[in-house]
Amino acid sequence: MSDTSPQHRRRPRSPRFDPRRLAGLLRKESLQIVRDPSAILIAFVLPVVLLFLFTFAVSLDVSRVRLGLVVEDDGPQAAELAAAFAGNRYFDVRPARHRREVEDGLTDGSLRGMVVIPQELDRRLASGLPVQVQVVTDGSQPNTANFVNGYAGGVVANWAAGLPAGRGGAAFRPITLRPRYWYNPEIESRRFLVPGAIAIVMTMIGTLLTALVVAREWERGTMEAVLSTPTGVAEILVGKIAPYFVLGLLATLGCAVASETLLGVPIAGSWLALMSLASAFLVPALGQGLLISTLARNQFVASQIAIFTGFLPSLLLSGFLFEIDSMPIWLRALTHVVPARYFVSSLQTVYLAGDVWGALLPNIGAMLALGGVFLAVIAAKTRKTLEP
Amino acid sequence: MAQPIGSPTVGGNAIGGNAVEIRGLAKRFDTDEALAPFDADIAAGRLTGLVGPDGAGKTTLLRLLAALLKPTAGTARVAGHDVAAEPTQVRLVTGYMPQRFGLYEDLSVLENLRLYARLRGLRGKELTETFERLLRFTRLEPFTGRLAGRLSGGMKQKLGLACALMARPEVLLLDEPSVGVDPVSRQDLWRMVDELTGEGMAVLWSTAYLDEAERCDTVLLLNDGRVEYHGPPAELTQRLAGRSFRLTGEAEDRRRLLAEALDLPTVRDGVIQGASVRVVLTEGSDRASVDELAHGHGSVVEPAEARFEDAFVDLLGGGPGGHSAIAEKMEAVTLDAEMVVECRHLTKRFGDFTATDDATFQVRKGEIFGLLGPNGAGKSTTFKMLCGLLRPTAGEALVAGHDLRHAPGQAKLQLGYMAQKFSLYGLLSVRQNLEFFSGVYGLEGGLRKRRIREMVETFELGRFLDASPDLLPLGFKQRLALACSLMHRPPVLFLDEPTSGVDPLTRREFWTHINGLVRKGVTVLVTTHFMDEAEYCDRVALMYRSRIIALDAPDALKASAASAETPDPTMEEAFIALVEAADRRVGEEAA
Repeated sequence: MSDTSPQHRRRPRSPRFDPRRLAGLLRKESLQIVRDPSAILIAFVLPVVLLFLFTFAVSLDVSRVRLGLVVEDDGPQAAELAAAFAGNRYFDVRPARHRREVEDGLTDGSLRGMVVIPQELDRRLASGLPVQVQVVTDGSQPNTANFVNGYAGGVVANWAAGLPAGRGGAAFRPITLRPRYWYNPEIESRRFLVPGAIAIVMTMIGTLLTALVVAREWERGTMEAVLSTPTGVAEILVGKIAPYFVLGLLATLGCAVASETLLGVPIAGSWLALMSLASAFLVPALGQGLLISTLARNQFVASQIAIFTGFLPSLLLSGFLFEIDSMPIWLRALTHVVPARYFVSSLQTVYLAGDVWGALLPNIGAMLALGGVFLAVIAAKTRKTLEP
Repeated sequence: MAQPIGSPTVGGNAIGGNAVEIRGLAKRFDTDEALAPFDADIAAGRLTGLVGPDGAGKTTLLRLLAALLKPTAGTARVAGHDVAAEPTQVRLVTGYMPQRFGLYEDLSVLENLRLYARLRGLRGKELTETFERLLRFTRLEPFTGRLAGRLSGGMKQKLGLACALMARPEVLLLDEPSVGVDPVSRQDLWRMVDELTGEGMAVLWSTAYLDEAERCDTVLLLNDGRVEYHGPPAELTQRLAGRSFRLTGEAEDRRRLLAEALDLPTVRDGVIQGASVRVVLTEGSDRASVDELAHGHGSVVEPAEARFEDAFVDLLGGGPGGHSAIAEKMEAVTLDAEMVVECRHLTKRFGDFTATDDATFQVRKGEIFGLLGPNGAGKSTTFKMLCGLLRPTAGEALVAGHDLRHAPGQAKLQLGYMAQKFSLYGLLSVRQNLEFFSGVYGLEGGLRKRRIREMVETFELGRFLDASPDLLPLGFKQRLALACSLMHRPPVLFLDEPTSGVDPLTRREFWTHINGLVRKGVTVLVTTHFMDEAEYCDRVALMYRSRIIALDAPDALKASAASAETPDPTMEEAFIALVEAADRRVGEEAA
């Protein structure tokens, strides 16, 4: 320094990581979350709405299918079979004497299937002749069609089992098929869907909300002001991650309590396992959100990227709605980089089977590894400058 | 003040020493040269103005000095620390206020202060003392619990300043602190900055208002990434001594007088100033031809004091000629109504907030009428009601005799509208923008083609036809926006902040077009927060806190504010006096 330069006041060196600065940032972020209606909406209201939507509207079970029942015979056995259909809780029966009475219903979609109890049923049974009960289903709705087929077959089989021996009843029972479903005895799809819904909610909080709040700081110029202080990158990143990590865990807890109390879907495993999984999943989810916001510094672009790379894969490629095993091989390969994939399958394990740590730990490892990759990229990408 | 706000020891930062040393500093974004290499020393204890239009490189320079950007070439040392090598040390000694406040609007005043205090490592007794001092200094004490988003523009800037001062900086970097601030709060900001420099702090104040340059100790004048001048503003103005003149006496056709004066080879620059015309001669020429011209118009030529803006225009190569090609192509406006725009008791309320309160005025045919006031005073709301973009809560508005409430379509066809920041479609080409706007105004077939061709020729847009408006030089962007609003030959033109942030040459070209149009009988309504822009208007309505507090010719407004101390006040001084008088009235009514 030349002689003409002034002697500048000596200042203490600023530590790279100062817990007090971090405390200031955490306090600010928490106040903002509490005051921001959209954060509360995404973290607590949206999860409940999603849970109800997914478990009721998206439910893959079919209950009370409208069915046309054509009874062409007047005999007591035919009446008994008709009564079996009418009394079944899965069917909403519209009785008829002739096929043409219900065929229109099948065409216009007001009926999902038709069962025909043929003429001379009693007489044929009495004479030991084979009897055919016809089941017509609406092939445009394959899921429902299968269901109608299966259940109608079951009703007929039940009825046949009750026939007096030697009156053709035996003809129906050479082999008895007795399927058993493990882990989800009633095959209620909501038990698959609740874990999926939790994963979606966590993606929203972890990725979408984080991407939005950081982009908002760039848009409003507050990031520029904070960067001009001695605050370090690590403090800024931790100051963002920690509050949303806590928010995410609270939302998970909320989801789990809501699904147990309101939807009657309890966890088979422990709360510890649930929270460990949620914590592991939040690492890549938050990492992705922060990464998006370092690339896109405005809220509109950030939300688009978050939905396209976070929300949609969580919905479509996580095994939540579509089974991964039935995807083409290249898509299956792609699911390995979707953190929600590991989260959904582990959550399903915890919800349906219990704490199978042998199955959970590899998934937790995979989520942490993906999170590590995101954080490494962020650390490399984030400089304490405004350089584009 | 007993305790200093900034550096605790003046000795730490000797007044007159260099707080910032810049050597060959340059910044380039891809291929765009934001700042060309330059050298400069910025003195401690002085106010340095960073003056220039939008896009000149002011923000880039401040960000480089705050170590938020890395120099492409050269070095800058802030309080002895190199911005590239020691960014953290630089941040410890600088306070930086970005253009958009950098405040958390959902946090209260105190919460914002507390955050920055923590980020600056203050605690305990030091923290409470600093808070007290800053709150007293900024006079924000009564508002500590209020959310920052609910503060007025002036108070936001003061809070931003307080947050930047938390650093006890040696160098204070302020990016356009006076934008959106009413003249009274602006006075307050100047007072604070004066105190800070008095303690030895170096303050850099960036601004697009050239009149602010004259208040600075030193000026760094930037244009298009280049430092055009560095030194005391008076020194630059001094170069123009004896070349500025005022032509007074004949108010009736001052626009024609200006146009003819600008076409004289001896005239470098000229503007309208109230009822008179101000001209600057080219270097070395005498006033004979100006005298002759003035004589022909029956006006008197008197020497005027040179202004900083005159010097800037001179540096840039002088103002444009006096004739507007587009105005010459336009046929004279024929309108039956003598009063082109009328509003009576116009009021707009949003919830319990009254944005425009009982505005009544009339605009005559061929008049330039200005709505002047700080951001949030109600200018834009009033304007939008007159354009039919907002429905008045009470009162009525007529444009060219059509009531906006009953015949909004009829009224809208009579007006051309040029919005703030030009509002062109960046994803459409220049040609497509012209086609779109001509379609919107109902032009069809041969007429539409003819008008578009005419606009392209007169505004020389030919070589840009397939480019996006975003890529045009500012002056051409402005021409295109004007072309779009003139396509249907409207008898009334609404201009919303048409020249904010624009360099003085582009502004002069714009006003040449407007003056030309007015001479053809077009009526112009303009909103602005540029005080000197009001000088172009025939009459000005001053808006303050939703009300029109004064309405008169610019010269009359200035005269009404004249006092013993300021016999010849500027428009800004007049505004401050009128606002203070209005506040006193409100106070008396309350009492």
